[in-house]
Amino acid sequence: MKRHLPLALVPAAALAALPLVGSTPTWVTLTVAGLAMGMMIFIMASGLTLVFGLMDVMNFAHGAFISVGAYAAASVLIALRADMQAPSLAANLSAIVPAVAAAIALAGLLGWFFERVVIRPVYGDHLKQILVTMGGLIVVEQLIHVAWGPDIIPLPRPATLTGSVLLGDAAIERYRMLAVVVGLAVFAAMWLVLSRTRLGLLIRAGVENTEMVESLGYRIRRLFVGVFVAGSGLAGLGGVMWAMYQESVTASMGMQVMVVIFIVIIIGGLGSVGGCFVGALLVGLVANYIGYLAPKLALGSNILLMVLILLWRPRGLYPVGKS
Amino acid sequence: MDELLALSGVNTHIGQYHILQGVDFSVKKNSLTMLLGRNGAGKTTCLRTIMGLWRASAGKIHFQGKEITRTATPDLARLGIAYVPENMGIFAGLTVKENMVLAARGGALDERRLEWIFGLFPAMKKFWGSAAGNLSGGQKQMLAVSRAIAQPRELLLVDEPTKGLAPAIIAAMIEAFRELKRDATLLVVEQNFHFARSLGDAVAVMDSGRIVHAGAMAELAADEALQQRLLGLSLAAHQ
Ligand SMILES: Nc1ncnc2c1ncn2[C@@H]1O[C@H](COP(=O)(O)OP(=O)(O)O)[C@@H](O)[C@H]1O
Ligand SMILES: [Mg+2]
Repeated sequence: MKRHLPLALVPAAALAALPLVGSTPTWVTLTVAGLAMGMMIFIMASGLTLVFGLMDVMNFAHGAFISVGAYAAASVLIALRADMQAPSLAANLSAIVPAVAAAIALAGLLGWFFERVVIRPVYGDHLKQILVTMGGLIVVEQLIHVAWGPDIIPLPRPATLTGSVLLGDAAIERYRMLAVVVGLAVFAAMWLVLSRTRLGLLIRAGVENTEMVESLGYRIRRLFVGVFVAGSGLAGLGGVMWAMYQESVTASMGMQVMVVIFIVIIIGGLGSVGGCFVGALLVGLVANYIGYLAPKLALGSNILLMVLILLWRPRGLYPVGKS
Repeated sequence: MDELLALSGVNTHIGQYHILQGVDFSVKKNSLTMLLGRNGAGKTTCLRTIMGLWRASAGKIHFQGKEITRTATPDLARLGIAYVPENMGIFAGLTVKENMVLAARGGALDERRLEWIFGLFPAMKKFWGSAAGNLSGGQKQMLAVSRAIAQPRELLLVDEPTKGLAPAIIAAMIEAFRELKRDATLLVVEQNFHFARSLGDAVAVMDSGRIVHAGAMAELAADEALQQRLLGLSLAAHQ
């Protein structure tokens, strides 16, 4: 019961917004937009919360994996422009699949390099982690300028994913529906791995107490590298999705979205994937409702949400018992 | 090979503090050695140093005749050393079963061994599917010990298994350890002298980061003056 209380916040927020928004079609559009935004944030944030939970590492460079993923995909998509613009789903997919694969691979590779070279020397020292990973983020941003140039790269969505479908009177962008589906798939996959496999058991145990996992004979370093690389790959995937949502790629997009990501993983409870999911959906929904109802408050809505949730549950929605 | 574990001149620093200042003692195979001493004497630090959770800055630790001073914690576990930390180290968000499954490294739990553990600690069977975080303090301690013996191990390091437990549970714990020690080697830190005297074959007493006495448990149990001097207590006061 208590476990489901935070989850119930998502439908509760949506229902509470209905009378405020007034018009049902508008509400449906806003809700789908909010869920889509939340799912993309979840994909970008999920790896970071696990990395923090497992090794107590504050990694600001996570934003770099997001940007690099987006750029890698943009390069592939620009090369395959014809397939992107063809009004055929098969043709679109033949461009998107390699683009997404490139994003995940390059972001994952960069994550692996970062873990070895940047983060490994500063385990256990939060201040150094913040300095070093912030520095890393800036260096990667500059390297992106060198490799891809300083200008914004426009990234049109594939032909079959533009436009909206009508659900009753509500217009729903196709791309947002796709984002919701992909987000749900990623969450379901993570949930299955974490709850149904021995690897997931080890990760959950490691998030609670790394020393004890080692004392039971598991080499947690290897586990951590694996999680770090997977989380970086997911950040890359989220980066492509975010870029297509914004229809452009910039080197600073990772840094910009990091603020929201930190809010989400704090709201969720550091180290909790379920909390990260609920937190991301809440942030997405609230941002869209407030953006419509009181645009002037839009900038502060995330912070307000975080303050309210932390007043209710000071260690986040699903606190992870770190000992 | 009589000595399973031997420490010689072990020093441990935690940050700037010099905690262990030359610890020498050994644990004989198939015996239960009690590590006693006042609060803050360095007992926990000693177990953590053996388990590789702190690094000795000087001295040597041998296990089964091989030096393990610099061996990493997971590798020590793979050599057959199991550790029950002072805070029990239970994975609260996992079920009792999941805690036990993790302890059976690289495979399934052995059914017969599991039955044996359920015999020692019936609560483990009863709460098999429950979240470990919901167990009582005594049950958590039982889970911590069960986890250490989920598979046969060469050496069990147990830090204060009766800490904070009610007398009835301590009695159950003593019974379980009596059964346990029949075919295991244990090094147990204890504050409860009754527990120590009932189970210990050998004893080592620490003070200020050094071993100040080592010998047979029976000898210490019989010598009240020695107890008073080493531990600041007499056995009579604790009966
Ligand atoms: N993490 C730590 N940092 C600093 N000092 C510590 C730490 N852990 C233990 N100590 C100090 O080391 C000494 C021995 O502690 P400990 O090994 O826990 O003793 P015992 O288990 O015998 O009660 C104490 O003075 C304690 O304050
Ligand atoms: Mg202690």
